[in-house]
Amino acid sequence: MTKGNTWRISLILIFIVASFVYLTPTLMTSLPSWWSGLLPKDKINLGLDLQGGTHLVMEVETQKAVEGSLDLIATDLEDVLREENLRFKRIGRLGGDKVQLTLYDRGSADTAQALVKKKYPDLEVLPIFEEGSFVNLQLRIDEKEAQARKDRSVAQALETIRNRIDQFGVSEPVIQREGINNIVVQLPGIKDPKRAIELIGKTARLEFKLVDEEVNSATATTSGLPEDDELLFEKNTDPATGAVTEIPIVVKKKAVITGDLLTDAQVRIDSQYNQPYVAIDFNATGARLFDQVTAANVGKRFAIVLDNNVYSAPVIRERISGGSAQISGSFTEKEAADLAIVLRAGSLPAPVKILQNVTVGPSLGKESIRKGLMAGLIGVALVIVFMGIYYKLAGMVANLGMVLNILFLMGALAALGATLTLPGIAAIVLLVGISVDANVLIFERIREELRIGKTPHAAVDAGYDKAFLTIMDSHVTALITAAVLFQFGTGPVKGFAVSLSLGIIINLFTSLVATRVLFDAFLDRVRVKRLSI
Amino acid sequence: MELLGKTNIDFIGMKKVSFVISAIIALIGIVGVIQIARGTANMGIDFSGGTSLQLKFEQPVTTGAAREALAKGGIKEVDLQEITDGNQLLVKMRKSTGDSAESVQAILRQGLPANPFTVESSTEIGPSIGEKLKKDTLVAVALSMLGIILYIAWRFDFKFGVAAVAATMHDVLAIIAVFFVMDKEVNILLITAVLTIAGYSLTDTVVVFDRIRENMHKSLKDPLKTVFNKSINEVLSRTIVTSLTTFMAAFALFVFGGEVIHDFAFALVVGVLVATYSSVFVASPIVALWEKAPVESEAA
Repeated sequence: MTKGNTWRISLILIFIVASFVYLTPTLMTSLPSWWSGLLPKDKINLGLDLQGGTHLVMEVETQKAVEGSLDLIATDLEDVLREENLRFKRIGRLGGDKVQLTLYDRGSADTAQALVKKKYPDLEVLPIFEEGSFVNLQLRIDEKEAQARKDRSVAQALETIRNRIDQFGVSEPVIQREGINNIVVQLPGIKDPKRAIELIGKTARLEFKLVDEEVNSATATTSGLPEDDELLFEKNTDPATGAVTEIPIVVKKKAVITGDLLTDAQVRIDSQYNQPYVAIDFNATGARLFDQVTAANVGKRFAIVLDNNVYSAPVIRERISGGSAQISGSFTEKEAADLAIVLRAGSLPAPVKILQNVTVGPSLGKESIRKGLMAGLIGVALVIVFMGIYYKLAGMVANLGMVLNILFLMGALAALGATLTLPGIAAIVLLVGISVDANVLIFERIREELRIGKTPHAAVDAGYDKAFLTIMDSHVTALITAAVLFQFGTGPVKGFAVSLSLGIIINLFTSLVATRVLFDAFLDRVRVKRLSI
Repeated sequence: MELLGKTNIDFIGMKKVSFVISAIIALIGIVGVIQIARGTANMGIDFSGGTSLQLKFEQPVTTGAAREALAKGGIKEVDLQEITDGNQLLVKMRKSTGDSAESVQAILRQGLPANPFTVESSTEIGPSIGEKLKKDTLVAVALSMLGIILYIAWRFDFKFGVAAVAATMHDVLAIIAVFFVMDKEVNILLITAVLTIAGYSLTDTVVVFDRIRENMHKSLKDPLKTVFNKSINEVLSRTIVTSLTTFMAAFALFVFGGEVIHDFAFALVVGVLVATYSSVFVASPIVALWEKAPVESEAA
């Protein structure tokens, strides 16, 4: 018995020391310099509901990503057919999964089909069919390929968002994929959530489009436009009044240059008007294209379009060959800085939709911690007093077990780097009440054994033995629901489940091993006639 | 100290009364569940989708003034609730309105210019999240019930498993019934509390079952009713003591835990009470009814 006690006591002591070691980073505001090497640095993280911050769930509109890549294929095919001198009426996306080429005769359709098969082996080529005097050739992206593209677009969006947040500067953000199309972003302690959300959620598709000077933009309507034109708006905000004016501009649908050809974007201040603008640099391809287009279109206007809004449409005064340009518009310095960030981080492959936005202010979090602790202390005090009165000395042993239980639980939370949420605190408080249950079961058994006339030592042994199975059963059943909660919960609920499940497991140890050691150690040394129970 | 000495209460004999009480509670609970399923109960925005804001004003604010200001700004369908401590106001809008947290703030800033506020928390949830959550909740409840039946069926036998689940379901329905009657909000925290109580209730039931099984092996000749009553009486003081300590902890949360988890703690308090009741008055009588003859000794 004594030998068994020795290792159990050592085990308990090891756990106590380990808990304190793991809790040190959490409890100390700054760690001493010798605290390094193998010593743990993880602390219990506070959930957003406790430290304040923003929790976003965003859905990537992946179908749009597929449509976008079909649009790209259509544009590319236009170029290919032109190079081959094949005449065509129209090439464009059809619905969500097809590209249609409309040609004038069967012969060129056959040639086009051969070209397409070679260039896009992944696409399914549907049989050629005639429609009036035209010949149609359709390409379809199959389910699997579309799925792969959707999947890639979410991965890309995740990367881009991570990039933007890194550049925006948030400490310890969480950015992860959830399910098939969703991305979860957690920004702890953020001061201006609105700005951050705008920054993260912006698609930021930058395009340079030539203005169609032959159409009068002021009177243009969407229906009366030439087929390769589109009507966009330039929004201007008057900084003094905040009034927004919209100027219609008709541009060529086809973008000459796109944002993926950028290498850098920086905020600069215009020395003349003291207005911020974003200076951008193109890569070699971009610079060459920009050079060609500006040379060929001197005197025309060049619209700078971001997510289908025209930022500005300056007149091309001369050929620009340096590979750099600037985006000016009516924006504040912050807006310019954010624009530079999104341009540097790149565009999202598809628009994102915000499904959930939970923002908690810092003061509410502090209040929650204070109240949670308060409730916990009062709960502990009530239980300790009750157990002390009801079971006397034995009750104090159970209380010690309960306190150890909390200590080990906190230590385990710190060791796992788990996140503590307000419901998590509630779980710990609830555990205070539940954790003495195992000891109550044991004590009631011991009382029964004492009543039938057993010696204290025998009664304690029998009490622990007989209660063992019941305690196992009751813990396993409680664990089943806790595990389900863990599996299905998110955020605060998950925090609750983590605290609860860990607490239940640890409780098995403290109630069956830790409190027993105290009884055994005491009964081995002292010959007691009556148990204080 | 002992609260109860040796008791000899005929719990099983009270089943006529207890079953009627339980049936009524369960019936109200089922009505509540149907209302929840139809979305007509007081659903939290995490299920229904929508916007909620917790605002802290500098001076006391009445819901009337806030409602008027919001109506002027074009927001009519809105739930307002005062939080007594600290001039706080809860603003809740369910789907369909489409008004975001931003516009509510703008309207209130304009409508109540003399009383500035800070945003303590703001939540916007799209309808698709709510749908997913509903599905997840159903799966979670089904999974835990299945897990419980399987475990108890393995440890005891099938009848005990079903009775344990019936008692657990009874507690779940009772909490929902109380929330439904008091028109309290059904949200994800309530579901969490309900599942927690399901686990707690089961623990209570298992302790009673354990003793019943033990006594059934010991005294095969006694009539079943006697064995059941004896077992429940033997563990009665444990049942009450554990319920008391858990109740103390839950009650401390309810009184001191703050507004955010107030309803959650309330559900726990109610749950602890009904779970204690059900392990004595629901679970065991069901098994007793089912087992007309003493069970042959199961290989324990």
